[in-house]
Amino acid sequence: MLDIMKYFTLKEVKKSLVISIWFMILTFPIMVIKVNTIENTVVWRWTSLIGMGIGSFLMATLWRYLIDRKNMKSDISDKKTLQMKVMDWANENPKYKKIALVAVILFIAAFPFFTSMYQTSIMTTALMYVVLGLGLNIVVGLGGLLHLGYAAFYAVGAYTYALLNYHFGLSFWICLPIGAGLSTIMGILLAIPVLRLRGDYLAIVTLGFGEVIRIVLENWNEFSFGPSGVANIPRPGFFGMSMKLQTATIYIYFIMIAMVIFTIFVVRRLENSRIGRAWIAMREDEIASESMGIDITKSKITTFALGAFWAGMVGVIFAAKTTFINPASFTLWESVMILCVVVIGGMGSIVGVVVGALILILLPEYLRAFSEYRMLLFGAILVLMMVFRPGGIISNIRKKYKFEPTEKSSNIEVEGVK
Amino acid sequence: MTPILETKNLTMQFGGLTAVDNINFKVNPKEIVALIGPNGAGKTTFFNCVTGVYKPTSGDVLISPKGQTQKRINGLKPNKVTEKGLARTFQNIRLFQNMTVLENVMIGRHTKLKSGLLGAIFLPKATREEEKRVIQDSYNILIDVGLENFVNELAKNLPYGAQRRLEIARAMATEPALLLLDEPAAGMNPQETKELDEMIINIRDKNDISILLIEHDMSLVMSISEKIFVVDYGKLIAQGSPDEIKNNPEVIKAYLGDDSDA
Repeated sequence: MLDIMKYFTLKEVKKSLVISIWFMILTFPIMVIKVNTIENTVVWRWTSLIGMGIGSFLMATLWRYLIDRKNMKSDISDKKTLQMKVMDWANENPKYKKIALVAVILFIAAFPFFTSMYQTSIMTTALMYVVLGLGLNIVVGLGGLLHLGYAAFYAVGAYTYALLNYHFGLSFWICLPIGAGLSTIMGILLAIPVLRLRGDYLAIVTLGFGEVIRIVLENWNEFSFGPSGVANIPRPGFFGMSMKLQTATIYIYFIMIAMVIFTIFVVRRLENSRIGRAWIAMREDEIASESMGIDITKSKITTFALGAFWAGMVGVIFAAKTTFINPASFTLWESVMILCVVVIGGMGSIVGVVVGALILILLPEYLRAFSEYRMLLFGAILVLMMVFRPGGIISNIRKKYKFEPTEKSSNIEVEGVK
Repeated sequence: MTPILETKNLTMQFGGLTAVDNINFKVNPKEIVALIGPNGAGKTTFFNCVTGVYKPTSGDVLISPKGQTQKRINGLKPNKVTEKGLARTFQNIRLFQNMTVLENVMIGRHTKLKSGLLGAIFLPKATREEEKRVIQDSYNILIDVGLENFVNELAKNLPYGAQRRLEIARAMATEPALLLLDEPAAGMNPQETKELDEMIINIRDKNDISILLIEHDMSLVMSISEKIFVVDYGKLIAQGSPDEIKNNPEVIKAYLGDDSDA
């Protein structure tokens, strides 16, 4: 444990004081001077200056304490993190693990029935980001390819449903696989030209791709109805039953839950398969993985295609949920947001992405109480996250195998512990 | 006897620089061959041409693993070359740092496995058994190189010598007919080098494969190799047994310089 008093020695106090004075000067124009335009007078709010000074002084001290604590932690490298402790606990107490799991399932199942429609709706949105995050996680987290145009695939899915429904009256359930399929094809088409690129160059090209799709949708009026978008998209049907808005919201919530379970199931299996290992190897070292016999071309195309697949699916659901889409929903900000979900949640970690999506999407909603400071707080939380947990909220832990410590024998028990 | 690897007039040019100049080279089955030369002589470039990292400017690379007829492999991609039976390690260790030791070796088995996307998702019996087998095989390979206690350790956390051994284990997992080692003893102390020495011979005897190594550590080169090729400025200047090479005036000149230079 660090000695707190250490931060109140003369030297440390001086440091904090300098910082707080600097902040007072910086915020002087916005915190102190207030022009009353009705009476044409200037109000000097000196009290807020003092508040600012004390606040930043304390924050500076706290900040240094936290940084020191973090450095001290990294010194003791084999100290178990909270995450590992929880996992150990879960493995040691399978009974409690089961109870916890059942509780979570019950909570998820009952959620739309004891909360308002608004809550259900934002939870559905968060779940959409869970799937988007898991999809992008295949490209960024497992494949190690920085992808900044992910929202384009999302748009492809959404527009597939909207336009097919508008022109041919195709239903949601028919469009779901079509949207996913078209999006996958787009993923392959994008992957082919970018095979040779990596890192920053890849990021720029994917970013450009994302913008191209959006701008095409915005300007090609005959095809996509331009900026006005497509309205009156039907919600998903249930054997032709007509539903009230509330029922429909709950219905989409459960569709999304099913999607999330499906995605987690598939991604988990992929991650620990031959294909998934090849992706991770490609992320770790392209040249080495190639000389181990991995076809980089194939690996890159499959990551892009599979990533796009999930985006296409969620796109269809998004169109059905909002019943109205226009290109403004698929901007670069959207791609960045999904990337944030992956990076902040924990690259390559499924649980991390789920937690990341829930925090990143729900937090701004619940921060609405702070109205205009909402985005400021959000930004501050992101910065803190990256300083104190650069590996994401929940980092990926590789699968461990247990072997009997005997000499070579053909029937060593192989047991996977996740 | 058909050589396992043969290059005919292999040349690699980078712009005006000829890094590998008309090299004719042979590795026979079950032979340990060393490729030596001063820094910048073109040894690693030669390696890269053979393993498909570079496409040679001219000349041929021919391989015939398991006594088959010779096949040209120049211009093939590295993963295809590996499939054909050539495996390599790298001068600066290139492990998959954030994967476990076992997974590193499992990657080496990649070409020997078949399961694809659908197999991964639906996990049919064949895939499950294949996975079980690959875990077992990889573990056995790790026992061979003495890394069985590090199975679940991340590769980046291994000590240096162990990382080198893991790289060899990973290459061996591809079941090569010819193993190419690029400076396997670099950065090792004499004790570790001696262990490596035994390990290389052991691998050769046990798996009946040929080994081609680039090395600067002369004690290692002289003690294990049966044939030595010396390159300087991209050209092959000498070849022969360790004793012949030791006394070859050309080689001495390349390493120590000409008398007239002094």
